Amino acid sequence: MTLNIDTPAPARRPGPRRSSGRRATGRGGGGLTRFDLRATPYFLVSPYFLLFTLFGLFPLGYTLWASLHDWELGGDKTFLGIDNYVELIADDGFWNAVVNTVGIFVISTIPQLILALMLANALNKRIRGRLFFRLGILLPLVTSVVAVAVVFTQLYGRDYGMINWFLGFFGVEPIEWQNQSWTAWIAISTMIDWRWTGYNAIILLAAMQTIPKDLYEAASLDGASPRRQFWQITIPMLRPTLVFVVFISTIGGLTLFAEPVMFEGNPTMAGGATGQYQTVAMFIVKEAFRDFDMGYASAAAWMLFALILVGILINYSFTRRIGGNK
Amino acid sequence: MLNHKRHGKLAAIAVTAATALALTSCGSDEPASNAGGGSAAPAEPVTITVHTFGGGENFGYDKAVETWNAAHPNIQVKYQNLTDRFEDVYLPQLLQKLQAGSGTADIVGIDEGAMGLMAQRPQFFTDLGQYGLQDRKSDFPAAKWENGINKDGKLFALGTDIGGMAMCYRKDLFEKAGLPGERDEVSKLWPDWNSFMETGKKFQEKVKDAKFLDGPNTLYNTVLSQEAPKNGNVAYFDKSNQLIIETNPAIKTAFDTVKAYSEAGLTAKLASFTPEWNAAIKKGGFAVMGCPAWMVGVIEGAAGEENKGNWDVAAVPGGAGNWGGSYLAIPSQSKHPKEAAEVLNFLTGKEGHVLAFEEANAFPSSLSGQQDPKVSEKKNAFFNDAPVGKIFGDSTANLLPVFLGEKHAQVKTAAEKVLEGMDKGSIPYAEAWTKFVEAGTKAAG
Repeated sequence: MTLNIDTPAPARRPGPRRSSGRRATGRGGGGLTRFDLRATPYFLVSPYFLLFTLFGLFPLGYTLWASLHDWELGGDKTFLGIDNYVELIADDGFWNAVVNTVGIFVISTIPQLILALMLANALNKRIRGRLFFRLGILLPLVTSVVAVAVVFTQLYGRDYGMINWFLGFFGVEPIEWQNQSWTAWIAISTMIDWRWTGYNAIILLAAMQTIPKDLYEAASLDGASPRRQFWQITIPMLRPTLVFVVFISTIGGLTLFAEPVMFEGNPTMAGGATGQYQTVAMFIVKEAFRDFDMGYASAAAWMLFALILVGILINYSFTRRIGGNK
Repeated sequence: MLNHKRHGKLAAIAVTAATALALTSCGSDEPASNAGGGSAAPAEPVTITVHTFGGGENFGYDKAVETWNAAHPNIQVKYQNLTDRFEDVYLPQLLQKLQAGSGTADIVGIDEGAMGLMAQRPQFFTDLGQYGLQDRKSDFPAAKWENGINKDGKLFALGTDIGGMAMCYRKDLFEKAGLPGERDEVSKLWPDWNSFMETGKKFQEKVKDAKFLDGPNTLYNTVLSQEAPKNGNVAYFDKSNQLIIETNPAIKTAFDTVKAYSEAGLTAKLASFTPEWNAAIKKGGFAVMGCPAWMVGVIEGAAGEENKGNWDVAAVPGGAGNWGGSYLAIPSQSKHPKEAAEVLNFLTGKEGHVLAFEEANAFPSSLSGQQDPKVSEKKNAFFNDAPVGKIFGDSTANLLPVFLGEKHAQVKTAAEKVLEGMDKGSIPYAEAWTKFVEAGTKAAG
């Protein structure tokens, strides 16, 4: 089962023919051609790896190095060893940011993926104006994150916001959405979901369309209800795609930044008076560029890296169980 | 299987790398500041770049630079306002460029809040004394002059504008509450803070759909600016840069004042410089706020043309005070410090100050600038022709210097966040002082 997870058989079709043709040319040439044959592929992929080394690996290593120092922006730098990490682990502010990040991730991603799955399933059926709906759910993705956040923040305004105005009809007192963790998390989650639900739905829809129709036909003949077909065929067949979608959502969720920053209104990176919605990414920027403590911020960046790895491992083991009884 | 696993991991690495990149990038997106004159022969004109920050008209140097350039063909000034945000955008970038040793302008603007930080880093700035600017001392109030001296006792920056302090109020809301609307009578309502509180209670009894004050920040800064000079001229840090947030009575008084107004329900629970706060200025969500000279421009911008005449300026309870104001300095990486010093002298001199005041309402910090009739007799049309020149001049006349510690800006931001939380109710009043001290201590550490 695990082996065929991500390579649906039809994708392999064009393989063998092309490679045999290439070998034929190779045999005729001399050493230069052989060199060309061996080196060219590496040469062609090298730009990515050069750029990755420059903008990926180097900063990664540099951040690690910086995290071992007491390094003030525009100030002195002294070697500390792991002191920054020790301090970070004892820092309530950091764990508060972790709790916020995980909290927002949970209340945004779970409903988002369920909704995306339902939308994809609905759009996979024969309905009128299918193309229109398919394009429609992808539309929010085209708007910039900041624009989304600005508009939503206005909707959630305490005094002049539309959501409090609407809730007012039901006798609800104006809510100060930024004031408590829960309300802020909900507000931020809606921004994320509005933008990303359609994106995930489209990916899931694409995966659904690769599921062979004869499976459903056979199931229908055996008398399986549509609901049962969904759980017994669609979900297990979607597993590789679900793993992908969950990974991407985990990374996106744990590095959440723009929405809560815009939600605060001024980029102090504090995430509310008591850090009600300060995420880890905001914590890092605050330490580095508001308090000018580069070493500490670098340590926090590495902790975030570790956090993402843990998050992905947990989610992976979780998604692996989907349809495991097949 | 393998394929997906790698994808996830690579993406994770890439994301962390992006974060790391953000931490280490050197902000060298600026063209070299001396591109025009670095290796040029002396006969060729020298280009001096000036970088500032601030919203709206910011430093107000368009006219001043034009005047200078017309008179000095050999020293041409290029003036650029980089951003409207100081603490979160301009300052981090400036520090990175200073540390990198290139990329700053020949003359840089620095907000008062970061002067303590810069005073601790004499290696980054040119000693202005060697170009004779030490002689300008008598031209500035002590409060302005002292902050331009670094820890080695050298002059590194000269003042541009000064905040001063007044109270801006909504005339229409005052009249609605049955209070006088005319500015001299309003000033008489509150000779001291007790009577200010009484006025607030009277106002709040009559008016239900607006609050007396905006929120914690302007009130806090107003009171602190008056109290600090009474308690050894220090705020968050003593003169040896030790944090005294818990022990300085000036800070406790300012904190207690905010707490009292908040508990009495007189604040609109708005943090300053947020979209909601701007909206309330426009829609009349509150009636009064602490108002340094530069705030006049902020209100005019946020309130918009339709509110012309609704706002007015009265005296501040308790006398003089100052909040904010900026400085100009010459980074030591400048290739033309001598010419830059001449330009700096002009911009911080009487003529530069008066031109900036006319353009951006940046109230001159130099005494000669303040005494110029173009400043002292200035009236502001938006504020019912309030004599802003006289009001702000009076409020800075006897101003005493306040020492700003190295981490003043960080502690101030963290402490005011707690005030905002207390005002909005996310921090209980009983715990607020402890939280306030904690936040300040953490930001200083």
